[in-house]
Amino acid sequence: MSAIWEFLTRTRGKNKLHITDMITYLYMGLSVIILFGPVLWLVLSSFKTSAEVVKFPPRLLPYRQETVDVEGYEEPLPLYNVTMEDGSVVQLAQVRRIGLEAQLIDPSNPEEIIKVHIDDREPVERVVFSLDNYIEGIESFNFARYLRNSVVVTIAATILTLIVNSMAAFALAKYKFPGRTAIFLIMIGTLMIPLAVVLVPVFLVITNIGWNNNLLGVIVPGAATPTGVILLRQYMITIPDELIDAARIDGASEWRIYTQVIIPLSRPALAVLAIFSVMWRWNDFLWPLIVLSRNEMFTLQVGLNSFQGELNVQWHLILAMTVLTLLPITIVFAFLQRNITTGIATTGMK
Amino acid sequence: MTTDSQKNVWRSIGSTFNNVVSSISNFIIDRVDVVFAALQRVVGLRGMPYIFVLPNLLIFGIFILFPMLLNFVYAFTSGTEFFPDKRPWTGTTNFEQLLDCTNYLDPNTCREDLFWRAIFNTATYVIFQVGLMVIISLVTALLLNRKIKARGFFRSVFFYPVLLSPIVVALIWKWILQENGLINGIITSLGYDKIPFMVDSTWAQFWVIVISVWAFMGFYTLILLAGLQAIPSDLYEAADIDGANAWQAFYGITLPLLIPSLIVVLMLSLIRAVQIFDVVFAFTGGGPGTATLYIVQYIYSKGFSSPSKLFGLAASASILMAGVLVVLTMVQLLFRREED
Repeated sequence: MSAIWEFLTRTRGKNKLHITDMITYLYMGLSVIILFGPVLWLVLSSFKTSAEVVKFPPRLLPYRQETVDVEGYEEPLPLYNVTMEDGSVVQLAQVRRIGLEAQLIDPSNPEEIIKVHIDDREPVERVVFSLDNYIEGIESFNFARYLRNSVVVTIAATILTLIVNSMAAFALAKYKFPGRTAIFLIMIGTLMIPLAVVLVPVFLVITNIGWNNNLLGVIVPGAATPTGVILLRQYMITIPDELIDAARIDGASEWRIYTQVIIPLSRPALAVLAIFSVMWRWNDFLWPLIVLSRNEMFTLQVGLNSFQGELNVQWHLILAMTVLTLLPITIVFAFLQRNITTGIATTGMK
Repeated sequence: MTTDSQKNVWRSIGSTFNNVVSSISNFIIDRVDVVFAALQRVVGLRGMPYIFVLPNLLIFGIFILFPMLLNFVYAFTSGTEFFPDKRPWTGTTNFEQLLDCTNYLDPNTCREDLFWRAIFNTATYVIFQVGLMVIISLVTALLLNRKIKARGFFRSVFFYPVLLSPIVVALIWKWILQENGLINGIITSLGYDKIPFMVDSTWAQFWVIVISVWAFMGFYTLILLAGLQAIPSDLYEAADIDGANAWQAFYGITLPLLIPSLIVVLMLSLIRAVQIFDVVFAFTGGGPGTATLYIVQYIYSKGFSSPSKLFGLAASASILMAGVLVVLTMVQLLFRREED
């Protein structure tokens, strides 16, 4: 018991590997398996053929049966290792299967048909990372369209979010004007209200504007996020007023002060907001779900969700499309991992 | 040599790109400046902050504030008409319908039994999920705060699932838990029978909790880790000199100083857990039966996916939920104030 407490509480390790260190590494190792394992399993599965995908028990790697072209047969024939009566193993191609009996031929001698029990043959397989599922998925799933919509939404919304929120944050941070406190309080107040609560009226507003099935209906409404305004405002407050006064004396307009003094100095905060915005928009589901109902306007997330319900669960295609959907976020994470984690640790938001 | 010249090529591409971007943005800034300078002449310096907040307030007002007010109109009107002017004013009938129960502990005796089932499901989910979340992220943060090798790597391992979209998370786990999936493969290889995870109510509820902890724990771990790292290390050194053992140091220093972060984690995970929707929507769709039907999905299905669109009922249910969230947030703010 005391060992556990010692290991839970100590912040500075000793030089030699203590039992508590070992437990820590064990915990970390298990966590890596539990947290990365499912994603790795998804990626490996996405290369499996449709036949391999439904196989039970599942295998780790994507196997594919070897085939051979034999004269006289239009389709390539699957290869098997067949145990003959004398105990020797020969590689044969299967022509057809009738009940428990398999009819095979020797590819070098296609005339003679050999009949064996199906239990006496083993498929010849090798590991193939084939992109077939990805190609078929992209063609049948309208993936290119969804990808385009998601990219348009993510980029346009992020740019709009940065502009609109930084302008408001500038006003709230650097001017004293009647109504400032009220605006700020209302924004903080609405932070806690989730979209789910206003689903119906939001849908009405969007319908009245005519933004149903329009990407604008997904891009614009979420752009004025109170989180973004508050984050930027807290940062801009730290910019010295003297810089602004000096620019004013030089005859700069307020717009120039905003674009050429405030924005360049707020870059770190803008970067954090940009990363968050990309994450929010790329992963957004509920809002596009209610705004978009026509298939060709779907974003990736909505498309992927409808895809899993619509088709007769074609797992091999769904898996490939899921991998493609998580790929961009994974790449962003790999490069900006440090910015993201410190950004969240300091702002406490997601 | 080659790497040097490659570096130079990249550098020149980079600087060209920067130049292009900055000249384009300067061009735009100059054009917009004409408009803004004219505006500034009209409204004067005192009017400019209003110009700056205007775009934000417009979007915010139209898409967040106005709908919030409109929600009350829906809640106090009935029928299946979509446009508020065609909906008959019926006062509190929607709320009465939602709250009409002979026995509040038994959803079967309620007029809107689905609403109460959703409440009970959400309550159960919240209790287990939040409890598990706080414990696991606390243990993880304490371990990550130790001096171990590859700490940055482990930290990002925990954080990676946070970035995945709810749909992707749901599909990954649906794939693993399906009848012929990985988990059942492991179970049968150990000599047991397959378990129909997605068909059994209790298992479905169990996995919804596990998955949401899996997906979000990195976020809370990070908050706690930041809290732990803010504790000055000389406190531990002083305790060491005073002869305190590790247990006393944990109880006397770590825990009390971590309480503010723990409260933040508790409240944030509570508020988020009440709003659970998209992961479950894609994972179980609320099933089997109504086993994983939670409150937001109830609102969504009443207003959008059921054949008769009962907007009034959806709106009043959402107002009740907002009430709970406001109370939870107030509690959190209260705690934060005490800290300060």
